[in-house]
Amino acid sequence: MGTKKFTLIMLVENKHGVLNRISGLFAKRAYNIDNLSVGATHNPKVSRMTIVVECEEPLLEQIIEQLKKLVDVIAVEVTTSALAVMRELMLIKISHNDGNFTKLTGVINDIFRGRVVDITQDSVIAEITGPEDKLNAFIKFAEPMGIIELARTGVTALNRGSRALVDAGKD
Amino acid sequence: MRLRGAEILIKELLFAGVTDIFGYPGGSVLDIYDELYQNRDKIRHVTTAHEQGATHAADGYARVTGKTGVVLATSGPGACNLVTGIATAYLDSVPLVAITGNVATKLIGRDSFQEVNIVGITMPITKHNYIVERVEDLQRTIREAFVIAGSGRPGPVLIDIPKDVQQAYCEYDADVEFDFSKITKSAVYSIENACKLIKEAKRPYIYAGGGTVISDASAELLSFARLIGAPVATSLMGLTAIPRMHEMALGMAGMHGRYAASRALAECDLLITVGARFSDRATGKKETFVKNCKVLQFDIDRAEVNKNIHADDFVIGDIKKILSDLCAALPKLNNKKWLDYVSELKKGSENVLGTSGKPLTPKNIIQTTGDFLGADAVVATDVGQHQMWTAQYYKFERPRSFVTSGGLGTMGYGLGAAIGACVGTGKRAILFTSDGSFHMNMNELATAVSYNLPVTVVLLDNNALGMVRQWQTMFYDKRYSETTLSRSTDYVRLAEAFGAKGFNAETPEQLKAALTEVKNTDGPVLIRCAVDEDENVFPMIPPNGTIKDIIIR
Repeated sequence: MGTKKFTLIMLVENKHGVLNRISGLFAKRAYNIDNLSVGATHNPKVSRMTIVVECEEPLLEQIIEQLKKLVDVIAVEVTTSALAVMRELMLIKISHNDGNFTKLTGVINDIFRGRVVDITQDSVIAEITGPEDKLNAFIKFAEPMGIIELARTGVTALNRGSRALVDAGKD
Repeated sequence: MRLRGAEILIKELLFAGVTDIFGYPGGSVLDIYDELYQNRDKIRHVTTAHEQGATHAADGYARVTGKTGVVLATSGPGACNLVTGIATAYLDSVPLVAITGNVATKLIGRDSFQEVNIVGITMPITKHNYIVERVEDLQRTIREAFVIAGSGRPGPVLIDIPKDVQQAYCEYDADVEFDFSKITKSAVYSIENACKLIKEAKRPYIYAGGGTVISDASAELLSFARLIGAPVATSLMGLTAIPRMHEMALGMAGMHGRYAASRALAECDLLITVGARFSDRATGKKETFVKNCKVLQFDIDRAEVNKNIHADDFVIGDIKKILSDLCAALPKLNNKKWLDYVSELKKGSENVLGTSGKPLTPKNIIQTTGDFLGADAVVATDVGQHQMWTAQYYKFERPRSFVTSGGLGTMGYGLGAAIGACVGTGKRAILFTSDGSFHMNMNELATAVSYNLPVTVVLLDNNALGMVRQWQTMFYDKRYSETTLSRSTDYVRLAEAFGAKGFNAETPEQLKAALTEVKNTDGPVLIRCAVDEDENVFPMIPPNGTIKDIIIR
């Protein structure tokens, strides 16, 4: 059986050590984290996490049930790109020269709907937002020009529609 | 009322119903020990020889009483010494609250003297853990810790309290109530499908684990088994869920389980798992373990479903309640043909245990000890061959009368656990141990003597690390790498040096004479029994094997 990627959306207590507990659970049970993002919510007591895991399908149930057992986990759900809006932000620093500058900025702005947020004589930083595969496509495009460095936030996701992950998110 | 952190801790321990604590003093818990001194009429503190022994004692105490065990240690090395004991409790779902002192908050993170990040260290082996950074959080933290440790599937919780938090004052209201319903809430379940599966089964088989004992569901288990006509096998942790000699009992299943238990499991059409987690030692080869039957699983922990073995259906909740609901919902089912078949399996020669070699065999030692002392003693073991022999031969009658490290397999667990069991029950504890395990934590004999506890140590001395040696015999072509111990320890003199009584038994008569002495002794006694190093534990289903691979003797 092959592995697949699954996206987990979670609400957790906003306490120090929570990230440690969650990554520790993945480590001790040998689950693979593909990427992870975490941030505050409108409720200061609650943080939101999105974790993309890579596993065989039967293991997904185990991962969710083990996560639910952590005292600091408030809610956890699996979601898909059909059900949710998924975005990732990338800052990517690329070398440029006179020959390719126009093409590069054109692609950033028009094709990938990104922005140039910093520029020097020989480099630009582009900000690209979108689903994971769009970011990958941009990396592929920029590679021949010379990627100096890049930083990605990891995927974050919200389910479509008016329902929240959990009502208790209010407190 | 303004109280110091250390006072709040003691008040909250009393609120939780704590009457006994196991621990070891040190610099970072001086304030707590000062409060204990002032409350020594209310809380009995047992000082062990080593913090590891204290954790095992708190664990043994919890297993025999069903209460949450409490262990207290200082920062740094004291806290580190709890780790093996906490992991032992975690793997066997034992309710434990471990309290550690730490250096003052302003010294944390600076590699201060006796500072260690025990919360980080114990994160993977606790149900939850805390460092209390503000005295205002202490009361709620302690209450919550006891709720977490004791509710649902029990387990260890650690609370790390920096020294300045122990010394700081804050307002304390003993009557304040906290809402822990998020932790204690249980889901509603349906037993409809379970009833259907049970009614359809012609050859139902019950596999009872430690969850049955933890849930105090022995009576319900027996009623259920009788009602549906299913024999009951157990895991190591579930051994005391049903009286060993009961007509419905098959004994232990698994790697060193009874032949009839393994055979019937292979032939059942419905495996009803009651509070067991399908450890690899219980299942053998997972792919074929339940090839010919459906699996119905009852557990309080949803994460145990489909973890190791796929369940066709499951009910999540308290085992006692699930079983009594099933008893109320199900009619009497007649599976006489199956039960008769299982009875025949039990009588078969393959199901007979033990060799008839030397007069003083493991079987003889364990059963004679049981005959002499068994009536209301609790049995503890260390880990290895003697542990499996005890599981196979001892005729357990009551739930919670057996404490053993099943999941982690902690050599050196037994003496501390036996001490905790004595403190918890006020009665005799028998420790079956071996020369290998006993050498690990024999220092706790000092504790048993100090508190004059009726611990009877029956030491099976085969001069070897028997279980590892057995694997070397069977799977490593008798290359006995480092398992022939050849210790020169004189156990009788050792016991006497600690202030205990010591006996040497080479024959059944000497064993009986020593056990007669035990009956007339209040304090700890050690009986060293000579055992042949080539005694092996059989039957054995080799690792990752099936019933087809079983080695009977």
